[in-house]
Amino acid sequence: MNTPSPDALVIDEVRKSYGSLQALKGVSFSIRRGEFFGLLGPNGAGKSTLISIIAGLTRASSGRVAVLGHDTVADFRTARRQLGVVPQELVFDPFFNVVDMLRIQAGYYGCGEEVWPWIDEMLERLDLKAKRGASMRALSGGMKRRVLIAQALVHKPPVVILDEPTAGVDVELRRTLWSFMRDLHSQGTTVVLTTHYLEEAQEMCSRIAILDKGEVKALEPTAQLLARHPFRFLRLKLANGGLLPESLRGLVASEAEGVVELKLDVKANPIGGVFDALRNAGLAIEDVHTREPDLEDIFIELTRGDASLEPTR
Amino acid sequence: MSPDQRGFSTLLKKEIMRFWAVLAQTVTAPVITALLYLLVFAQALQGRSVNGYDGLSYTEFLVPGLVMMTVIQNAFANTSSSLIQSKVMGNIVFTLMAPLGPLDWFGAYVIAALVRSVLVALAMLAVTWFFVPLPVREPGALLAVFTLSAATLAALGLIAGILAQKFDHIAAFTNFFITPLSFLSGVFYSVHSLPPFWFTASHFNPFFYMIDGFRYGFFGQADVPIFQSLLWIAGAFVAVSAVALWMLVTGYKMRR
Repeated sequence: MNTPSPDALVIDEVRKSYGSLQALKGVSFSIRRGEFFGLLGPNGAGKSTLISIIAGLTRASSGRVAVLGHDTVADFRTARRQLGVVPQELVFDPFFNVVDMLRIQAGYYGCGEEVWPWIDEMLERLDLKAKRGASMRALSGGMKRRVLIAQALVHKPPVVILDEPTAGVDVELRRTLWSFMRDLHSQGTTVVLTTHYLEEAQEMCSRIAILDKGEVKALEPTAQLLARHPFRFLRLKLANGGLLPESLRGLVASEAEGVVELKLDVKANPIGGVFDALRNAGLAIEDVHTREPDLEDIFIELTRGDASLEPTR
Repeated sequence: MSPDQRGFSTLLKKEIMRFWAVLAQTVTAPVITALLYLLVFAQALQGRSVNGYDGLSYTEFLVPGLVMMTVIQNAFANTSSSLIQSKVMGNIVFTLMAPLGPLDWFGAYVIAALVRSVLVALAMLAVTWFFVPLPVREPGALLAVFTLSAATLAALGLIAGILAQKFDHIAAFTNFFITPLSFLSGVFYSVHSLPPFWFTASHFNPFFYMIDGFRYGFFGQADVPIFQSLLWIAGAFVAVSAVALWMLVTGYKMRR
């Protein structure tokens, strides 16, 4: 008897080359059912190539991908029915209006009139109700983005991939989208998110993979990833324009308008030691802030190539 | 209806809706163009007889050829323009990501082109009926030649649409391949009136058999035997379809 796959997505040794350029260099990881998963990386890291391979838009040079246990090549019909992808580009079909477009999209996935109430619900949730009969050509960029989201969800896929869904959209749509995604996630939908807004990934995703130059640089729960960063930040403003003593100059992460931010190793540079050094130099502090590292700090470290964090699976 | 069947029928419906939404461009315009040819040539060559077609006026001879030439050009245009528009606009991702197989793509695009071809042909025959009512002496042959010819050009349009990266490529394919071959295929003359070299050359043009076979369906007479025409057209259909299907199966130029 076949047991259902515990993984929503399995990516196994996926490689993709364009001539001499290796866009993906043997990427392997799994995404569990019901996860809210973040796939991050700088431009050119290979995220979109990987998503294209999962969605069937691109053929991998080698390796395999399975969606809920269904191979995306050998069993492509079943695999694609489990998947909804919101593409990064703002694409649309100018020949149709919004509701026709959604019904056509549902039909591709074998769904008929039984999903029309769901289409109406999505139009309501995504504030598209008033644009129901509007031509796709006549919609603003934000509205087109909403339709793209509805198109990806029209067949109620158990796995949803959002490829930078909030790029260039207003705050209202972001809120609408994340509220909708949270609801779907709470109902068991697996969500994979790629975004350049790292605070979104930090807030929404329970686990994160960081891809860089076609390789997985990190893959672990968001909290664990944040905890592995051995630094904290101390922001100081010295009284009377005082200058930092030489012993602290090597810790400076940034400096602007009299405010200096020090990057402190939690073990090697205790905050008390910094204050002692300032006091010994006869310097007074006008203002002070501490900041824990966020995903952006870790992302920058990992993708700059000076990180010592080893990827875990 | 199974989910797979619904996927196919939706793609077919969408392809029909696409050309239906711009009927003035996709059906009316080609019919008007063909009628202009009919008026000009029929007027200029009025009273002339056609070599090898006893008792047939030039206008009667001309109409089936014009209809088939228009069908050839429109079947090709339907698939090629649909694909290139989707590629340029980027909305091809919707169908590429959908659970549709190569046969679904092939079937839906080719059948939609056939539907457009039927509309164009019927519109042309209806309008020309007032000037030259044509007999249909061999309906079976007429139907077979029409269907196979339109399907061949639709499949060729798929190949062109897959290969093309921009509208210019389709225009080049149409201007340097489809239009010359369809004009030089005996639409306006019988090949018996050609010099020996061009007479022989015409027999290597598949479009010649499409037009000649179609004419046979109306008059029961043609330049070459109907079985020869059917063999050529069926051969062209199989060859072109095989290439188109290979491209769809392998994702050639589509799934990079």
